[in-house]
Amino acid sequence: MSSQKPIVELAGVGKTFRGPEGEIVALDGIDISIKKGDIFGVIGMSGAGKSTLVRCINLLERPTQGKVFFDGQELTAMTAPKLRQARRSISMIFQQFNLLMQKTCLKNVCFPMEIAGVKPSEAKKRAMELLNIVGLPDKANAYPAQLSGGQKQRVAIARALASDPQVLLCDEATSALDPTTTRSILALIKDINRRLGITAVIITHEMAVIEEICTHVAILDEGKAVEIGMVEEIFSNPKTEAARKLVFPDGLPVSHLKSERVVRIVFNGGTSYEPLIASLAIDCGVKVNILGADTKNVGGKAFGNMLIGLPNDPNEAQKALNYLKSKKDITAEEVTDYNE
Amino acid sequence: MSEFFSSPAMQNFIAILQDAIAILKSETAMGIWETLYSTVLSTLFAYIIGLPLGVLLVTGEKGGVRPLPKCLMSALNFVVNILRSVPFLILMIVVLPLSRFILGTSIGTKALIIPLVIAAFPFIARMVESSLRETDKGVIEAAQSMGASPFLIVWKVMLPEAKPSLISGATIALTTIMGYGAMAGIIGGGGLGKIAINYGYYRFKAIVMWAAVILLVILVQIFQSVGTRLAVKSDKRIT
Ligand SMILES: Nc1ncnc2c1ncn2[C@@H]1O[C@H](COP(=O)(O)OP(=O)(O)O)[C@@H](O)[C@H]1O
Ligand SMILES: [Mg+2]
Repeated sequence: MSSQKPIVELAGVGKTFRGPEGEIVALDGIDISIKKGDIFGVIGMSGAGKSTLVRCINLLERPTQGKVFFDGQELTAMTAPKLRQARRSISMIFQQFNLLMQKTCLKNVCFPMEIAGVKPSEAKKRAMELLNIVGLPDKANAYPAQLSGGQKQRVAIARALASDPQVLLCDEATSALDPTTTRSILALIKDINRRLGITAVIITHEMAVIEEICTHVAILDEGKAVEIGMVEEIFSNPKTEAARKLVFPDGLPVSHLKSERVVRIVFNGGTSYEPLIASLAIDCGVKVNILGADTKNVGGKAFGNMLIGLPNDPNEAQKALNYLKSKKDITAEEVTDYNE
Repeated sequence: MSEFFSSPAMQNFIAILQDAIAILKSETAMGIWETLYSTVLSTLFAYIIGLPLGVLLVTGEKGGVRPLPKCLMSALNFVVNILRSVPFLILMIVVLPLSRFILGTSIGTKALIIPLVIAAFPFIARMVESSLRETDKGVIEAAQSMGASPFLIVWKVMLPEAKPSLISGATIALTTIMGYGAMAGIIGGGGLGKIAINYGYYRFKAIVMWAAVILLVILVQIFQSVGTRLAVKSDKRIT
């Protein structure tokens, strides 16, 4: 699906706000490259700089450092009219939907085309098609105030598609919605990505959103992109403290059973833990103690972390360790400082 | 009964009443027409200046859709504040020479339009400003993200989104200007204000004065209720 060509590229992007209380560094040296067709997630705690980052992509916020490229062209070097032209290929949806409240859904969807000078009759026809795509053909003449949150976001998505964009930026697009509606909106975005080949950038503070649809993810912490990569790589083996906090928000649950030797097993998307423990018992005749586990199901594969306590018998412990290390789908390493 | 009507006091009252009715008959239609005409025209001209000015006050500030130099914004705000703080009666007297210069006369309904416009446009600019500030920042941002120019954002987003509030504001402007216009009767303006002041104040014909005042009140009521109804009806946020 994804080709090698980056559609969005941030090179050394920094943003410093100058406020009455001094300077706030919202972004610091961000290098991100998003390829065509990707669903790229950006996750971080509140205040990490996610919104600022996504707003730097279409230059709603002008970076104080670095360059932003879209489809090979430098946005940060464009004149205002050129930039407005480029923005038509980068659509955006928002947490608060931001629909025109005094206009019908149809008029809302027509709006980007109106700006671009599309003939009204043509715009109307296209808008009806788009409302169909998002599943709201019967709401054409309703006003946004008459719709539910999920329906509003669907209209906003239809509006975002009206300018035939290459990129769809979503800033906490599902954060005002309940879990079921969130899932259906995410499914719609995924569908649009697949069918229309539109690259999506998903900003969220919710792990579940990333798990649900993203191919790539960047973890943002205090204005820095601390980890960037494939979702499975980052989630199966979070290297930084910020990433670990996001992946395991409650920390690793720890049992109070004492074991001399402790092993950390990281699941990389192969087997999940139940069959593993079972086969340990069956294949080696060793019973281990699960001290804590936090595994997640990402796209049907298991990811996560588990701590197990090895038996106190040195032979059995070694046997179990060797067995675990021989497994391809997982990485196992002994934790030496567990009991300290 | 006939004794009562033929008493001197009653005779006197009937004479006053007849006089008042005669005056009202000959003057009311013209008075209403002059009041409406000066009010509507002044409001129109005041909006021609006040609306763009109100838009600039919002779009031109730091963080607006089309920021203007700070010194220009300060100058605009200064002019608006100064004009707003001069009492209308004084403004009227100061401005009358300008009426003579532009229209060739400083009395009558036409001459009145100039001071009314000058008094009203800064006030209208402020009302437009406050209506436009109500527009959701997010919606403006959405339009920006679609590549809308500042002009299109004003024309297609800010003004239409603020429509109900702008209509309410226009209603207030219209009724306020009508009140100012009545005050101008003192310096020779026309309309119902002139009738009230000329007859009621200078010639002690209280009935005529009260009749003119009541007509003014009725006109204000009509404008206000029509305006309110239009504002509510145009607001699509209410379902
Ligand atoms: N317009 C602004 N002026 C000043 N500070 C801002 C502005 N926008 C964001 N910030 C600051 O930048 C930091 C990052 O904000 P934001 O990008 O909104 O974070 P997030 O979306 O991850 O919650 C915060 O500390 C915030 O207070
Ligand atoms: Mg945010």
